Amino acid sequence: MPQVIGVPKEVFPGEKRVATVPEVVEKLRKLGFGVLVESGAGDAANCADETYVAAGAEIAPDAKTLWSKADIVFKVRAPSPEEVSLIREGTALVSFIWPAQNPQLMEALAARKATVLAIDALPRMLSRAQKMDALTSMAGISGYRAVIEAANAFGRFFSGQITAAGKVPPAKVFVAGAGVAGLAAIGTAASLGAIVRANDTRAEVADQVKSLGGEFVKVDYEEEGSGGGGYAKVMSEGFQKAQRDMYAKQASEVDIIITTALIPGKPAPKLITADMVRSMRAGSVIVDMAGEQGGNCELTVPGEAVVRHGVTIIGYTDLPSRLAKQSSTLYATNLFRLAEELCKTKDGLINVNMEDDALRGLTVIKDGTVTWPAPPPKLPAAAVQAPKPAMPPPAPKGHGSGSEPMAAGPLAILFAVAAVLFGLIGAYAPAAFLGHFTVFVLACFVGYMVVWNVTPALHTPLMSVTNAISSIIIIGALVQIAPPFVAAVAGEGARPDEIIRWLAVAGIALTAVNMFGGFAVTQRMLSMFQK
Amino acid sequence: MSASLATVSYIAAIILFILSLGGLSNPETSRRGNLYGMIGMAIAVLATVSGPRVTTGGIAWIAIALVAGGAIGLYLARTVKMTQMPELVAFMHSLVGLVAMIVGYASYVDPTATAGMAAAEVTIHHVEVYVGVLIGAVTLSGSVIAFGKLSGRIGGKPLLLPARHWLNLAGLLVVIWFGYRFLGAHSIQEGMTPIIVMSVIALLFGIHMVMAIGGADMPVVVSMLNSYSGWAAAATGFMLSNDLLIVTGALVGSSGAILSYIMCRAMNRNFISVIAGGFGGETSAPSAGGAAQPAGEVVPVNAQEAADLLREAKSVVIVPGYGMAVAQAQHTVYEITKRLRELGKTVRFGIHPVAGRMPGHMNVLLAEAKVPYDIVLEMDEINGDFPDTDVSMVIGANDIVNPSAQEDPSSPIAGMPVLEVWKAHTSIVMKRSMASGYAGVDNPLFYKDNNRMLFGDAKKMLDEVLVALKG
Repeated sequence: MPQVIGVPKEVFPGEKRVATVPEVVEKLRKLGFGVLVESGAGDAANCADETYVAAGAEIAPDAKTLWSKADIVFKVRAPSPEEVSLIREGTALVSFIWPAQNPQLMEALAARKATVLAIDALPRMLSRAQKMDALTSMAGISGYRAVIEAANAFGRFFSGQITAAGKVPPAKVFVAGAGVAGLAAIGTAASLGAIVRANDTRAEVADQVKSLGGEFVKVDYEEEGSGGGGYAKVMSEGFQKAQRDMYAKQASEVDIIITTALIPGKPAPKLITADMVRSMRAGSVIVDMAGEQGGNCELTVPGEAVVRHGVTIIGYTDLPSRLAKQSSTLYATNLFRLAEELCKTKDGLINVNMEDDALRGLTVIKDGTVTWPAPPPKLPAAAVQAPKPAMPPPAPKGHGSGSEPMAAGPLAILFAVAAVLFGLIGAYAPAAFLGHFTVFVLACFVGYMVVWNVTPALHTPLMSVTNAISSIIIIGALVQIAPPFVAAVAGEGARPDEIIRWLAVAGIALTAVNMFGGFAVTQRMLSMFQK
Repeated sequence: MSASLATVSYIAAIILFILSLGGLSNPETSRRGNLYGMIGMAIAVLATVSGPRVTTGGIAWIAIALVAGGAIGLYLARTVKMTQMPELVAFMHSLVGLVAMIVGYASYVDPTATAGMAAAEVTIHHVEVYVGVLIGAVTLSGSVIAFGKLSGRIGGKPLLLPARHWLNLAGLLVVIWFGYRFLGAHSIQEGMTPIIVMSVIALLFGIHMVMAIGGADMPVVVSMLNSYSGWAAAATGFMLSNDLLIVTGALVGSSGAILSYIMCRAMNRNFISVIAGGFGGETSAPSAGGAAQPAGEVVPVNAQEAADLLREAKSVVIVPGYGMAVAQAQHTVYEITKRLRELGKTVRFGIHPVAGRMPGHMNVLLAEAKVPYDIVLEMDEINGDFPDTDVSMVIGANDIVNPSAQEDPSSPIAGMPVLEVWKAHTSIVMKRSMASGYAGVDNPLFYKDNNRMLFGDAKKMLDEVLVALKG
């Protein structure tokens, strides 16, 4: 009997997202699951009940029916106390849980003897887990939305323009923290035409900032700030002072500040002080994406947009929900990938395999037993490797450049061997041979020089043309076919004219194949090379 | 025509041949270069035929042989498919080898060839005959086997006889010993046995040498045989005291040698080890020795999704490999290129030096499909551009895009220059299955987060991608 995935309507006030969308319902059904959706669950995300039905889902009239029928429940927000009371024993729940922040919820869930997979507890450094990483996909959306909210509250264009009515300077945006959300914000703001600067305590993200069109602002202080799991760590006092100076300088220069700084399990660092807000121009905007954790700005009011000292400070905590269709789709895909991992057999039955690093990390409660926090996953060797030994860059090569100079040792040996060889030839070979030998050696050098200039694209024509040219061996056969009469040398007998002639004729015919064929096919090939 | 006039004609022919090779430095001048080659060859043949060493009695024979052979050659050149070029080239090499043998034998049985020579000169002549036949025989049998392997008549797997290096060494010693007997022979009849035995050993050696070399090393083999055919011609030139043959043979020989060298360097392999045969034949199976197994998931996509990725990209780099040639997909690749360019995308091709089965194979296939040559770039030209590329599409290639060549010093292909397709924002790899490449090395590229796999026959998949792009 295949298990049923239930998708309730989110009960959190203002939450517009839904845990699965019709496109993903089809895929879940292909895995063998039944899908049950609470009536109206997708309304706020533009997914009507009919579209779910069309995709093969069934509709439950109310939450109670849904929770009683579903074996697996997909949710976005952590369940409310009422929802917890609806959970049946043995039900699997997949949603955001935040076990560290919600100990009472964990106790309540454990008491219901449920199995709970907290999508936020995914071990993010497993590359295999990235397709399930809902934190990343939600953060990307938040970063985008943060810029849109800023643009909405900001009284000017983002891009600089020269119009008949005068010149418009581009907006200057400063992004604090270049994680997933920060990078998305940088990319969005840059594509709107703003001048974007960004800072992060992890110096290695500088390249990513640049690749998205931002400018990386360094803090004038040496300290490595990478904390693991893609987060930053708390920095030393000296660093924090230098960082504050830098933020103060940026605040006085830019029009828009977007802050994304979070440290796991700790209140968000206060990066923007009231003084800094005061130093900003009137009409400026601050979007504080850390509102839920207290905010990066001292004046942030979580969940609200307020105006302080002429600066709009946006502390919305529901940025993904404000882009409900997009975030629902991505979240649904993340959960679908998780369902694939849970149901490798594709028979509609889940198997919470605690040996699997990714699933072990996700599972915070297994059949009523709290299994959180998970032990650190066994990392693949590549991830813990120290800085990779950089391969020496391949020597510059290609036609014309020749080869790199040889090392002195082998070169000396080569010269010595050549000298001995030449010495032997000079001592014993007759003069006629030496003449030919000279020609031969010189020709090798000419060939060497000429062929290095051939472009690699023409290597095949080169081979076929040299092949055609090597039919010059025909001359060997030509001079044998009917030479002028030379008196046979005494004691060697007569020349076997017939045999030689037939051999020569065969030789000529064979080389003719090569000669005509080689040149013709080269011509055919070369005529194909067009600009 | 007097002897002096013939010599001057030969000089003209030599110059034309050098110009012919020089013309290949650029596709624009290459057609003229080929013309120079033809003119040079015509001059050389005419000068020889009308020269003092051919009497009128032979002209009829020559004409008949030329017409017969030329007709076959032209027919082959017209009908050969561009994917079969490596076979054709190998076949033609075998002809050069065979002719070198024939001319050598004919010269040996011809008493007039040594008439009036001093004893030392006769010895040198005989050494030249012996060496010429030797090289010719190795070229002949090696090329025939290469032809068989390239055309699929012989399996591509390397045949590794036990103690094969000792076999080769024994063969060499026997050849030297019979060479000594050959030079000591008092009459032609007496010399026939050693030279025939040597020919047989040389033929066997050629077979054995190429049999031991596997599929993806074929570019080296083909260019090496190219080189041998040149040396065979040069040896014949020494035998006949003909400078034109010597020079031309040396040109061809050094050209082939350089190509072999370039191919070996592109695979980061030593020439000797390629010739010795078998990839990692003596070492234990690669990746078994604790080399890090690539971790992660393979993300398969279908043609529609691949087309969507291409549609959203601004710049695309296509990396073709032997799989494209096998599937005859080059025309579809061109159609896709055309379509993408119409949509305003930058499309370029990245060619690895050893992609395909002979040097420059991919370039010829793409040229055949009318891909403009100025968007077909070499590895070194394109590698720096991958970080700015949105989608890199790998068609039927594996080892030449394997990141472990750079990242894993213990990999059997470590240090081989590769196309850095994984640096593009997204890479799509088209492959029939997850099988590893010729080197037997697993490819971590497939497991990278930004990589997508499009499984299936390259031609069929590309057709579907094209339909999806047009729809």
